[in-house]
Amino acid sequence: MIRIQARTEPSSMMKIASPLLAIVLTLIFGGILFSAIGKSPTQALHVLLIAPLADSYNIGEMFVKMGPLLLCAVGLSLCYRANMWNIGAEGQLLAGALGGSAMALYFVDSESAFALPITLLAGIASGMIWAAIPTFLKLKFNSNLILTTIMFNYIALYLLIWAVHGPLRDPQGFGFPESAMFSDATLLPTLFDSSRIHLGIVFAILSGVIGWFILSKTHLGFQIQVFGADEPAARYAGFSSKKLSWLVMLFAGALAGLAGVSETTGPIGQLVPNVSPGYGYSAIIVAYLGRLHPIGAILAAIFMAVLYMGGDLAQIEMGIPVAVVSMFQGVLLFFLLACDFFINNRLAFSNHATN
Amino acid sequence: MKRSNLVSRLELVSITKQYPGCLANDDISISLMPGEIHALLGENGAGKSTLVKTIYGVVSPDKGDIIWDGREVSIKSPSIARDLGIGMVFQHFSLFETLTVSQNIELCLSKTQLNAIGNLAERIVQLSKEYGLNVNPDRYVHSLSIGERQRVEIMRCLVQSVKLLILDEPTSVLTPQEVAGLFDVLRTLSKEGCSILFISHKLHEVTEICHKATILRGGRVVETCVPQEETPASIAKMMVGDLAEQDAGYAKKIGTKSLFNVNCLSLPAKQPFGTSLKDISFELKSGEILGVAGVAGNGQDELMAIISGEDERDVKNSLTLEDKAIGHLHAGDRRKLGMAYVPEERLGRGAVPDMSLTENTLLTHSDGFIKKGLVDWPSIQKYTETLIAKYKVKCHGEFSEAKSLSGGNLQKFIMGREIGQNPKVLICAHPTWGVDVGAALAIHQALLALRDQGAAILLISEDIDELFLLADRMAAVCDGHLSPVVKTESTNIDQIGQWMAGTFINSNNDFKGAKS
Repeated sequence: MIRIQARTEPSSMMKIASPLLAIVLTLIFGGILFSAIGKSPTQALHVLLIAPLADSYNIGEMFVKMGPLLLCAVGLSLCYRANMWNIGAEGQLLAGALGGSAMALYFVDSESAFALPITLLAGIASGMIWAAIPTFLKLKFNSNLILTTIMFNYIALYLLIWAVHGPLRDPQGFGFPESAMFSDATLLPTLFDSSRIHLGIVFAILSGVIGWFILSKTHLGFQIQVFGADEPAARYAGFSSKKLSWLVMLFAGALAGLAGVSETTGPIGQLVPNVSPGYGYSAIIVAYLGRLHPIGAILAAIFMAVLYMGGDLAQIEMGIPVAVVSMFQGVLLFFLLACDFFINNRLAFSNHATN
Repeated sequence: MKRSNLVSRLELVSITKQYPGCLANDDISISLMPGEIHALLGENGAGKSTLVKTIYGVVSPDKGDIIWDGREVSIKSPSIARDLGIGMVFQHFSLFETLTVSQNIELCLSKTQLNAIGNLAERIVQLSKEYGLNVNPDRYVHSLSIGERQRVEIMRCLVQSVKLLILDEPTSVLTPQEVAGLFDVLRTLSKEGCSILFISHKLHEVTEICHKATILRGGRVVETCVPQEETPASIAKMMVGDLAEQDAGYAKKIGTKSLFNVNCLSLPAKQPFGTSLKDISFELKSGEILGVAGVAGNGQDELMAIISGEDERDVKNSLTLEDKAIGHLHAGDRRKLGMAYVPEERLGRGAVPDMSLTENTLLTHSDGFIKKGLVDWPSIQKYTETLIAKYKVKCHGEFSEAKSLSGGNLQKFIMGREIGQNPKVLICAHPTWGVDVGAALAIHQALLALRDQGAAILLISEDIDELFLLADRMAAVCDGHLSPVVKTESTNIDQIGQWMAGTFINSNNDFKGAKS
């Protein structure tokens, strides 16, 4: 008979092995699914996971997608470390895109060297404001952060859609819900001539390093970790829950806002309704896949970006619906949570008949 | 050898239990006669709980036999143990607060048992009279004191006609008067032939009530004795070995200047079953220990939380440190002014279980280790090593996780960490609860040394002996009221015991009827 038994100590082996095991299980599941819909599983998995890394153009596109995922995931990792359940990276990203674009359109005829930094700051500030409101509601009225941040995702989305239909619509755009193309002065420089990789990926990697630095080297980072690990101990030690809540939420909001403005001033070059294919939600999975560690998030973001790329390629090359990416993400999260269960529990095989 | 005309109630033969990295029980043999009150003694980690869990069917031994009434049995689960007639009262009660006494008791009875009993409430009343337990079957458990709850637990065993009752540190939560009452019950049970296995750290209780005692050390039986022929000191020696120093009487001090004051503090309870604080005033003086006695749950936790600032309600002028109001300050700011705390829960509050001792040092001791917001880990590591050495904390090293330490060792670490900050005021709750004799001695000496440096110490404890040993002045809490504060020399256990039961409340003229 198989029983589930609580481990006396959490398995440190399982903590590392769990994300890898979840990825393997997801791929096996994917293989079965592809053969069920009559596609060759090996070819499909090849297109999904290997092809995105096969040539330099694809690798470049992969980094373009990795940037916003990583920026959001680093902020979320810090929030979750402090037990702040921020589901609002998507909304903060959209707010950043909206605020940044408004600023970029203000500079649409400018050639000032300050135009780009100011635009980026406007995006960062918008993301922070979008994170600040639910934080304020939680601290002041004890509202549920999960619910308010999700609601703010929708508010941000519809605000953005309203803006591209209204005040920010390109007057010469034939009525399309899009802003005017930004001036070169407000566009993020690309890193290589041949690819769309832009400065955003540098921000993202930098944010991972900064996140790691905060967590492991600073007193604030230590306090964040204590809050996540043992809240009564944090209160006993006199750490300010308010201060830390503000800190992690504003940090996450700033990074998500930066991700948003980097998308519009980077690969897109204007404000469009579909700025994000759900980067802010996928970043939740990236954060957990990376074990809430900023450096782990870098690796997880690469994996998730490959999956995004692979989904596009699978649609083009094999006619597999792009929804397969969302499904893969969902299945991955499912297996990850299931595998995490075995960090604190184990299966015990016993023969009950002899007892 | 045992007399041949009597069969042992319980005989353990060579019980051995190996846990990973620790031989918890090593070839333990014990026998209990019917009606015998048998003490099981030993320091923390000596193997007492593993052994009683084996008897109660929670732990299955690797080797060894259990012989019950002359016949070998295998106790695979607590329900088998209960069927045999073994009852156990755990240190932490397992009662549902929102149910009545008889509902609670009904929950652990099988259908056949219930049918055999018939009217449960009547049976409870009858047993209650028989043993002087004074348990009312219709009362809700949340309205009962700790002592009453314990009697409910005992009642739960009695309705199942118990032949062996196991009590795990039963007296640690009782007032002296309640202890006397419990002992009367145990003596009655014993006369009727029920065997009792009694775990305690309080040695004078063992010499008072137990017929026999088995002393465990490092998982082995090191001695058996007849407690009446021994003194608490000689038993303590058996428990810890010859090296142990004894807690002797310590000189009492009179404090000099007033450091910390609580003025007319009244505060409604935050939790549904919490205790409201009612008009509490006292003064802590430099170089003095104020002891507060009281049964758990009479406002100690609430008092500590409001003093430390963990309870964030603003009581600005009710708390003053060196004549400055601090009741509105955040907990962290109070620490910066020189307050330090040793909480009752060591793991999960006093220390983060999954963090190393180095990280747990930084938890409250950041002074001098933070440079421009960055943590100076090498210095903390070095400092933690000196803490470990100074307070003889048994662990693998500064990198050990807090949860890997035994309760006593973790307490020594926490005590050292708080004292190491040279606090002006130390608030210390139950410092030696569940701590073995050797560690308790070290903790007592550390507290006295801190007092002699001029700190003011508030010592909250359920252990009356400890309070009399350490405190220079004493008071008691009951239902959120604080008794008058008196010099330790001018009071006695009897008076403090009565205060713990609340006798001062009605006689107190300025009692304003705040009790709701």
